[in-house]
Amino acid sequence: MALLQIAEPGMSTAPHQHKLAIGIDLGTTNSLVATVRSGMSTVLHDKEGHALLPSVVHYREDGGIDVGYVAQAQQSLDPHNTIISAKRFMGRGLKDVGDTVQLPYQFIDTPGMVQIQTRAGIKSPVEISAEILKVLKQRAEHALGGELAGAVITVPAYFDDAQRQATKDAARLAGLNVLRLLNEPTAAAVAYGLDNAAEGVYVIYDLGGGTFDVSVLRLSKGVFEVLATNGDSALGGDDFDRRIFCWILEQAKLAPISPEDTRQLLTKSREAKEWLTDHAEARITSLLKNGELVDLTLTSSKLKELTQHLIAKTLAPIKKALRDAGLSIEDVKGVVMVGGATRMPQVRHAVAEFFGQDPLTNLDPDKVVALGAAIQANVLAGNRGEDDLLLLDVIPLSLGLETMGGLAERIIPRNATLPVARAQDFTTFKDGQTAMSIHVVQGERELVSDCRSLARFELRGIPPMAAGAARIRVTFQVDADGLLSVSAREQTSGVEAHIVVKPSYGLSEDEIINMLETSFKSAETDKQARALQEARVDSQRLLEAITAALAKDGALLSEKEKQIIVEKMQALAELAKTENHHAIHDAVEALNLATEEFAARRMDASVRQVLAGQDLKTLEL
Amino acid sequence: MSAAAAKASPFESAPLLRSRRLWIDSLMHKNHFELFGLPERFAIDLQALDQLYRKIQGEVHPDRFAAGSSAERLKSMQLATAANEAYQTLKNPTSRARHLLQLKGVETEEDSNTAMPADFLMLQMEWREAIEEAVAASDIDALDELLSETRKTTRQLQQQLHAQLDEADATLAAAETVRKLSFIDKVQADIGHAISKLQDA
Repeated sequence: MALLQIAEPGMSTAPHQHKLAIGIDLGTTNSLVATVRSGMSTVLHDKEGHALLPSVVHYREDGGIDVGYVAQAQQSLDPHNTIISAKRFMGRGLKDVGDTVQLPYQFIDTPGMVQIQTRAGIKSPVEISAEILKVLKQRAEHALGGELAGAVITVPAYFDDAQRQATKDAARLAGLNVLRLLNEPTAAAVAYGLDNAAEGVYVIYDLGGGTFDVSVLRLSKGVFEVLATNGDSALGGDDFDRRIFCWILEQAKLAPISPEDTRQLLTKSREAKEWLTDHAEARITSLLKNGELVDLTLTSSKLKELTQHLIAKTLAPIKKALRDAGLSIEDVKGVVMVGGATRMPQVRHAVAEFFGQDPLTNLDPDKVVALGAAIQANVLAGNRGEDDLLLLDVIPLSLGLETMGGLAERIIPRNATLPVARAQDFTTFKDGQTAMSIHVVQGERELVSDCRSLARFELRGIPPMAAGAARIRVTFQVDADGLLSVSAREQTSGVEAHIVVKPSYGLSEDEIINMLETSFKSAETDKQARALQEARVDSQRLLEAITAALAKDGALLSEKEKQIIVEKMQALAELAKTENHHAIHDAVEALNLATEEFAARRMDASVRQVLAGQDLKTLEL
Repeated sequence: MSAAAAKASPFESAPLLRSRRLWIDSLMHKNHFELFGLPERFAIDLQALDQLYRKIQGEVHPDRFAAGSSAERLKSMQLATAANEAYQTLKNPTSRARHLLQLKGVETEEDSNTAMPADFLMLQMEWREAIEEAVAASDIDALDELLSETRKTTRQLQQQLHAQLDEADATLAAAETVRKLSFIDKVQADIGHAISKLQDA
């Protein structure tokens, strides 16, 4: 009963326990994990001292899986089974991936998300990404010496709902408790802003391996308010490599080459690009499988010429983001460079020229996202320090519904601050119509066929009425992760349909469970053990949260109300010692239900306190 | 449309939706001024609004409850959503006036009431023509100039709203001013689209 004593008001609470929380930058080219230790955000290294983990997964002949540098070494030798840049395929169909000719993979055009044929079987990008996350999780557990309370995973700001959902699924497969999906430029702004005590409007220019993001933020007293975001989720350092690769093919007049040679020349291209950051020219030599020798010299001015259009492609999104934010270039106090590709001098020059000021590069562009994610993870895990950090982020792309004539009707506009909910009423088109199809789309284009299809569902059981008489309210809710749920309700009869958007792009719940089971070797006892473990973790989290809440705000409850909650807590604490995960789960639900009113009162009270100085008659939240 | 989407669509034959717009602030049935403890006036202290918004989000935002119970997380999402809605409604002068009128029981009827004074309609037509000409000539500067011209009119109308709502109780006149502002908001959005289209080209 020690647990319940600390819930009594007026008594001292348990000493604050530091939760282990990590921030993960799941990058196209490289991934990193960071944590806050002794108040400092630090990147965690592997045993060899590497901070970066190349986002490469190799399915070995003996059935094993390598991730990182070991896998990277295999990319030219075993290209079909060595998957790089899997992030490019997350939540993407084959037609979205585009230029697959230069990629040495055997793609399978499965509905929703593309999959890749490897010797270990057909792999979804979600499973491949999960392998990377598992390694980072192990690295963190090893370095921190304990169970992780949770992780913040970063995603490109311009990722749509399907790509975000895929990322969250990958984390789940890797056994991570996701505290939040955080936009990469926002994470970078946190690391940069806190380090430099920055105030004012900042632009984050984030050119990664495979994605480009630009975010416009207003920083003020620990509040990071995203005003607008834009980007291109298929533009990054990889494209610069590919330009060089094409130039090599052209210069060396090479006939179609093998996947192994393609991979090798792409690697040489990347090395040449990196070399040219500090040098005027790069020599590219490679002996191909057929004995042919490639020996070329690429100058930095040639590279600039080859990639000019790629850099120009990053400027249009900046203009759009500034326009959406209602700001002009003169309003921008600083530009922060993020992503390895911003090391290229021609990128820095172009950005400096555009903004009329030198970009800020004092933080390592490879690490800044992970460092910011770790700071946010620390806050979310409840290790709240003195600095009241608050992130107000936005949804990158408009959400809407298909209406008559294949047109997209916008419900939530892009750059709306999260969380956001909107509703709109629709009506029936035909007399006696009893069902209505609801097609959820994301994008800025007018035609549904130009937008991303997120989900379709149907509202059935509408009572037959004359056309136009039914009143169907469709509500969109986007949570703090940027993930959407949609519900529809016929107002006169109360017929309801609800979905968390997922089906048409992304994995179904069944697929996820299947993958989880496969990855845990599926023995029934293992499943039971896992379910029990999860239920116990849930109950522990909930008991801790309510204990802390009672200690702080117990006075908001009457003795009787408190007694009811305490009894439910005791019941749960007792059940958590048993092996019955169903019973534990039910007790968790019961306790959640019993504390709803308490949660509402606590939040109303804290809002009242904020407004205490205001002339406030009633507060009806 | 991808083959996958076509296949996943057994509802293709179901009749498509017809939309009927519904203003969101009427949907929420909330007094956004009350939420921030601000007086129900058109002229408000925007700086105070900014500060109060941030303070409230600092208390209720889901990030504050990531480690909380699911009851707390749900409540937090509802309150943070309401705070965002209220802030956006009050920050924008047109939606602030529309909300203020709704609190007074007057609907602005932007979709149904399109009757406008002749001089305002003339101004509309002039602007539309100017946009077309500028687009045809790919003249971004002309569009920018047009944008600042429309903004002047916007400011005049906002002055009128202040007089109509705060100094008098001329709600019907104010409703017409809101309808005018909605018109101009659309023109400005169209100019914005035209500029970004030309910039992309």
